[in-house]
Amino acid sequence: MSPREYQQMLAVLRLELRKTFFSKRSWWVYLLAFGPTLVCFVHGASARHRGELAEDTMIFAGIFQFYYLKLAIFFGCLGIFSNLIRGEMLEKTLHYYFLTAARREVLLWGKYLAGLAASLIIFTSAVTLAFFFIRMHLGQVFQDYLVRGPGLAQLQSYVAVTVLASIGYGSVFLLLGLLYRNPMIPAALVMIWEAISGYLPTLLQKMSMSYYLKSLTPVQLGAEGPLALIAVAVEPAPPELAVTGLLLLSAALLMYASRKVRTLEISYSE
Amino acid sequence: MSADRIVFDNVSRFYGDVLGVNRVNLTIPPGVTSLVGPNGSGKTTLMNLMTGLIRPTRGTIRVLGIPPDRPEELMLKLGYCAQYDACPRGLTGRQFLYSFLRVQGYGDAEAGELTRGALERVNMTEAADRKVAGYSKGMRQRIRLALALAHDPPVVVLDEPLNGLDPMARAETIALFREWGRQGRYVIVSSHILHEVDRISDQVIMLSYGYVVAEGQIQGVRSEVKEQPVQVLVRCDRPQMLASRLFQLNHLVEAKIHEESRSLLVRTRDADGLYLMLNKVVTEDGLDIESVAPADDDVHSVYQYLIRPEGSTA
Repeated sequence: MSPREYQQMLAVLRLELRKTFFSKRSWWVYLLAFGPTLVCFVHGASARHRGELAEDTMIFAGIFQFYYLKLAIFFGCLGIFSNLIRGEMLEKTLHYYFLTAARREVLLWGKYLAGLAASLIIFTSAVTLAFFFIRMHLGQVFQDYLVRGPGLAQLQSYVAVTVLASIGYGSVFLLLGLLYRNPMIPAALVMIWEAISGYLPTLLQKMSMSYYLKSLTPVQLGAEGPLALIAVAVEPAPPELAVTGLLLLSAALLMYASRKVRTLEISYSE
Repeated sequence: MSADRIVFDNVSRFYGDVLGVNRVNLTIPPGVTSLVGPNGSGKTTLMNLMTGLIRPTRGTIRVLGIPPDRPEELMLKLGYCAQYDACPRGLTGRQFLYSFLRVQGYGDAEAGELTRGALERVNMTEAADRKVAGYSKGMRQRIRLALALAHDPPVVVLDEPLNGLDPMARAETIALFREWGRQGRYVIVSSHILHEVDRISDQVIMLSYGYVVAEGQIQGVRSEVKEQPVQVLVRCDRPQMLASRLFQLNHLVEAKIHEESRSLLVRTRDADGLYLMLNKVVTEDGLDIESVAPADDDVHSVYQYLIRPEGSTA
């Protein structure tokens, strides 16, 4: 990428951040991200509550795996990334980008980075705040857990998983927004696949993003309730493999999106 | 292919089974070229093909030697004001221009300078810091026009650029187009307003149902329409006497006298024969002729002859 193209990509990033992500229309993404943060704050600020550190650690692990990973980051990325191209098609404004002296790939990468910046800012801050809020009532115990115990390392892992989830789901939904007039239908299929992956045979589980993301979470949770009977326990993937695999998959999806965007046509009437 | 022309070589574009344009062969020289035709005739399709927003099903296009699938080169030389009225949300007019000039590749200072110049050119400086969403249709048209022109491209493609403009702005915009045409730029305009097309155009391209039915300078196009009698308006001191003499001609179709304006509207299948006869009447009968002018070599007439009879609406 030439210096001029780098500048163009940054210009797309700035423009997208200004006009889309930090506007009033993105309120639902903030609600999705910061809703549990607020609940954790209420929990932590409650004077009557005197829970154990281990209990709060497990509660947060549950919130992260079952809410943030499966719901908030998934749907947040769906809303943010699928709109980068498809949203502009619906609003009939994509042609302004295509009529600039920039390679289409440069525009696509600028948009992807803008989506990534927005989702990272929103979700990493929401997860980090929730991590602190849920234990803040523990006082010195929490400080020791952070400074001398595994607290800081766990926080780093949660943030890293959030980053990887945004990169991975972002590339999936950017591509779906590029390929499909209504990306919600293929997105629903992806969601179902990710949701049931824990009940699939080992090989199929390894073909889902959630398997690798769950492998990287610092606190592993087993299946509970009636569904635990049909869950298939699989060894977590080694961290190096999980990180490398997710990044390679995202890179491959983005490369494919870069090829497809070169031949994308403006057809607002469809 | 020529590097100083806009060339369509056997270009077809289909939308599924629906024809957009078919077998278009065009070479567009510098100057103002108007695309004329009813809705659905293929004007916007041609413009979108030329600017790379859509791709041809068959054939090749070159704009000053550059294929439209290389926007990084083409858009340095081309500005397109499309018909789509929407503008990106949340931006003021100034931010809209500045932001897309930055995407175009200009640095901060240069983009700021070009933004100021473009805003002045379309008289939008005062409204520049208001949100585009609050603009009237005419203001949105002007701000989109400003974006297409901001980087001063040699090729300007404008889809219905006069829509929504008030009379003053229309006159200024038309003057701007003519000035650019004189400077040797390529100004491609589509318009439904035929008398304005007449005022603007150095050449026209007439489209009907996806086919180019005529192209070139309007007088040349008119002379090719052989099946329609030529109309000539003669102002003279004795229109009745002239009419009686002209009825001796075999090729005369109609002669209509306008007493109040002392003129005669003649329809003939042989314009040269008519002019010879006029010379004869002047010398033999001492007719005092004030003016002789073709009455149907304008875009409107040619449009009526070539396109309107097929049942379409202008």
